[in-house]
Amino acid sequence: MSDTQSQQQSQTTALQPGITAPDFTLRTTPDQSISLNQYRGNPVILVFYPADFSPVCGDEMTLFNELLPEFQRLNAEVIGISVDGVWCHLAFSKEKNLKIPLLTDFEPKGEVAKKYGVYRKKDGITERALFLLDKDGIIRYSHVSPIGVNPGADGVLKALESISQSKG
Amino acid sequence: MSREETAQLTPPVNESRDNIHGPQKAPVTLFEYGDYECPYCGQAYSIIKKAQNILGNSLRFVFRNFPITQSHPHAQHSAEAAECAGAQNKFWEMHDILYEHQQALDDKHLKKYAEVLELDKYRFKNDMSNHIYASRVREDFLSGVRSGVNSTPCFYINGLRYDNSWDFEALVKTLKSHIKKLA
Repeated sequence: MSDTQSQQQSQTTALQPGITAPDFTLRTTPDQSISLNQYRGNPVILVFYPADFSPVCGDEMTLFNELLPEFQRLNAEVIGISVDGVWCHLAFSKEKNLKIPLLTDFEPKGEVAKKYGVYRKKDGITERALFLLDKDGIIRYSHVSPIGVNPGADGVLKALESISQSKG
Repeated sequence: MSREETAQLTPPVNESRDNIHGPQKAPVTLFEYGDYECPYCGQAYSIIKKAQNILGNSLRFVFRNFPITQSHPHAQHSAEAAECAGAQNKFWEMHDILYEHQQALDDKHLKKYAEVLELDKYRFKNDMSNHIYASRVREDFLSGVRSGVNSTPCFYINGLRYDNSWDFEALVKTLKSHIKKLA
């Protein structure tokens, strides 16, 4: 299957706006876990990315990290998710000076990515996907990029501003 | 929303605000979002200089700041230093010095570069220590985010994002093709 075919498939399998985001609990450090439902009450941006340390993922996470003050101004939380293990996440965070929590969808591998429809079974990694959840946990924006293309943050930022405004 | 829908420079070039090199009526405008501490932007700097030499007045070059401060500890102050120099009509001189000395961008060196450029040192010191241009740099950064910048350097040609190779041959070929269209 070509990347384009795979991406088209993911665009259709990725959970779409209007659906309640499936809850999950994943490790972020060797002795700490984070559950999605603990963020209920605030918008959440889920950033699924293929792999720590890959060049595109590095740029993508660095950009979201740099934009944290902007997201926080709109009361949103940002969470990164990949199938890498916790020690790998720690090393990646340290190298990039990331303030975003990185969750490990490691065991069972890709279980959360599968729930969101963004697991690349053939490659054993997640798609490069963005989801914006509103304060009630409803998906309001869903985007899958070609695996080698950094989506930037313009689309999700615009969507976040839109739900923040509609909240009044 | 696809990348294609958002790959437009937002806001567009503003003659009274942006740092611009070259004539307003040049047939092609190359626009860069850059970070003074980014090694790839350093590579791009030399390539753009060569392109400017070859294309002369046919090329307008515009630069906005996109410092990745969490990865590049000197990027923010360097950007502010360039804007401070710009307030004294020496933006491009400082821009060039910074890219030619990417390994020495700490505050001590920024002060030295201001001296080399014979800036009003009291004004430079005051502007730097009060971060007078920090908000302008942030404004640049956020305009970059809205323009779909995903890494640095990020280029736009005549307002549309340029995602192809920016090695010298490819970039000049593309710029020339735009110039030809208007010839």
